[in-house]
Amino acid sequence: MAVSRRPFAPLRNLNAKVAAIPMIVTVLVVFIGCTVWTVVYSFTSSRSLPTLDFVGMDQYVRLFRTSRWIVSLQNLAIFGVLSLSISLVLGFVLAALMDQKIRFENTFRTIFLYPHALSFIVTGLVWQWILTPAYGVQKVVRDLGFETFNFPILTDGRFTIYAIVIAGLWQGTGLVMALMLAGLRGIDDEIWKAARVDGIPAWRTYLFIVIPMMRPVFITTLVIISAAIVKVYDLVVALSNGGPGISSEVPAKYVYDFMFSRGNLGQGLAASTIMLTTVLIILVPWAALEFRPEKRRGGGSK
Amino acid sequence: MRYRSILAALATSTFFFAGHAGATDLEVTHWWTSGGEAAAAKVLAESYDKLGGDKWVDGAIAGSGTTARPIIVSRILGGNPMGATQLNTGRDAEDLVKAGLMTDLTELATKEGWASFIRPSKLLDACTLEGKIYCVPVNIHSWQWMWINPNAFKEAGASVPANWNEFVAAAPKLKEKGIIPLATGDAWQVDGIFRVIFATLGGKDLYLKVMDKKDKDAAAGPEMTAVWQAFANARELADPGYVGRQWNEATSLVLTGKAGGQIMGDWAQGEFGVAGKVAGTDYDCLPGLGVHPVLDTGGDAFYFPKNKDPEVTRAQLKLASMLVSKETQVAFNLAKGSLPIRGDIDMESANACMQKGIKILADGNNVLPSVEQAFSSDAQGQLEDLNTEFFANKNMTVEDAQARFVEIISEAQ
Repeated sequence: MAVSRRPFAPLRNLNAKVAAIPMIVTVLVVFIGCTVWTVVYSFTSSRSLPTLDFVGMDQYVRLFRTSRWIVSLQNLAIFGVLSLSISLVLGFVLAALMDQKIRFENTFRTIFLYPHALSFIVTGLVWQWILTPAYGVQKVVRDLGFETFNFPILTDGRFTIYAIVIAGLWQGTGLVMALMLAGLRGIDDEIWKAARVDGIPAWRTYLFIVIPMMRPVFITTLVIISAAIVKVYDLVVALSNGGPGISSEVPAKYVYDFMFSRGNLGQGLAASTIMLTTVLIILVPWAALEFRPEKRRGGGSK
Repeated sequence: MRYRSILAALATSTFFFAGHAGATDLEVTHWWTSGGEAAAAKVLAESYDKLGGDKWVDGAIAGSGTTARPIIVSRILGGNPMGATQLNTGRDAEDLVKAGLMTDLTELATKEGWASFIRPSKLLDACTLEGKIYCVPVNIHSWQWMWINPNAFKEAGASVPANWNEFVAAAPKLKEKGIIPLATGDAWQVDGIFRVIFATLGGKDLYLKVMDKKDKDAAAGPEMTAVWQAFANARELADPGYVGRQWNEATSLVLTGKAGGQIMGDWAQGEFGVAGKVAGTDYDCLPGLGVHPVLDTGGDAFYFPKNKDPEVTRAQLKLASMLVSKETQVAFNLAKGSLPIRGDIDMESANACMQKGIKILADGNNVLPSVEQAFSSDAQGQLEDLNTEFFANKNMTVEDAQARFVEIISEAQ
């Protein structure tokens, strides 16, 4: 009797479980399997081809003695902090402005979203042309009569990473705006009416009522932008190719160079392991906080 | 009706292929894509097709070796090998050969007696692993050249330099006129400037001690400091716009008189040739920077990845044999601007600059091993990082750079 009411647990909802098998296999083999492989081989002296000759921490010692790697990490930090904060703020402000029932909203939305349709390579090249002193902004301003105008953002190593931030923002802000706009549209009109009745100014309504209500949208956006930041590679290759010198190198490019063009798998895998660790250090505490079971149940009331 | 005709078409096409079992399409990958290089690749393709039967299928990969090499290597490793591929002479393919992924050419080489005519013999050594030959050198490229535009110097009211020191002395006058003294570009080009300065201003003895013997003391010595100092002078002569510039763009700056000179290997000469410029009048060359006439003997070589199909192997050997033949060597190298790998052919139709190169190579004492032959690509990469960092960051001192140089040398195998 009991058996017929409650079937054997692993077989319950069998269709769904069968349907999930391909994804489970993918996760186990591709994501977890390859990650383990990467970590294991980062402790070997593998050159072009993987070998299991373990050398302990040698690859990591060399990694952190290499100034190019240190510069790469610094650049990723600058790029990450700036593009995350600016694109969130700018994207939200643009979305809030769009939400004022303006005319030609569709046109503006398309204009802001268009850059996102381009590949990073195209964005990188376009911004390289704009920022190169010989025929970009600097030349235009000089031709206007300001002979001493200097705008060496791409050629002076101290600023190149900011050129990459600018290009990244140009490309990414439109997407953030679109996501935020969707979130704003999801806010019930009644809330706005209630806030107006209570005499709360619009900016306070946004800051203290709307933004907290848009929490899921912010989290989605955060995940999308962060993933794009950590793996930034093509933009740098197209815009500056890591130069001048090594001043705009990023970790993903370091990994690629060592794994493919320099035939040093061990070093490349060590670098990618460090990238993974960094992401986990940030992600794990956050995920633990975010997905606490109690919070899920009680989250709505707050 | 329609199905039947499709079936018929299929049947005929199968028959068609079956009927031509003796002919193979041999896919050849290379990164010869600039004007002069593409012309040279075409020479090879046409002469191969003319042999009859097999066909050269061109698999050009845009971009320099840095872009193409990973694509080529990953195709071979991934079990989808091309018929033949260009790589640089040296240690590019060492690991692939060790893993047994390349066709052994020893039999053909012995039969045709390659060892007797390939000169300098170092070229064949670079193709040899444990007594077996795995690649065909097709040309000799040397880095140690400087290309100058005499008209740019005349326009600036400076005398045309005959060596590096005169060039540095004339540079301020060029700058006044708005002419870039030294045109350069991407990281590997900057790296090349260092190699050339090192080999020529540092001299052969120092170069061999450091690069071949990996002698730490020589790398830390005062002679090496002088080399780094000269490299520091060079970084003052480049324009800020060099970031991200292609080598042939830099060459065209020299060609059009917008720049005074360029330190670049002799493949740059192909560009001058395509533009219809004449050596000695429109442009001039300073082998060994006009100081020490030494040339390294890098270059291109063809490798033949192992293939299951015996037909492909046959076509590979045919191509290998053609590449070293006298006719191909003359026609190909004239187009490419490189020097031939055989000493026994007539290169009279070569221009003034190539003649200079041939003369230098005739004396074996002037031949240097190239960096590719001496260093693994990992160590080369470290050196390139250091060179480009130093070149771009004018606050980095000669002492700092040399200290890191010593470190790289002591770690290199």
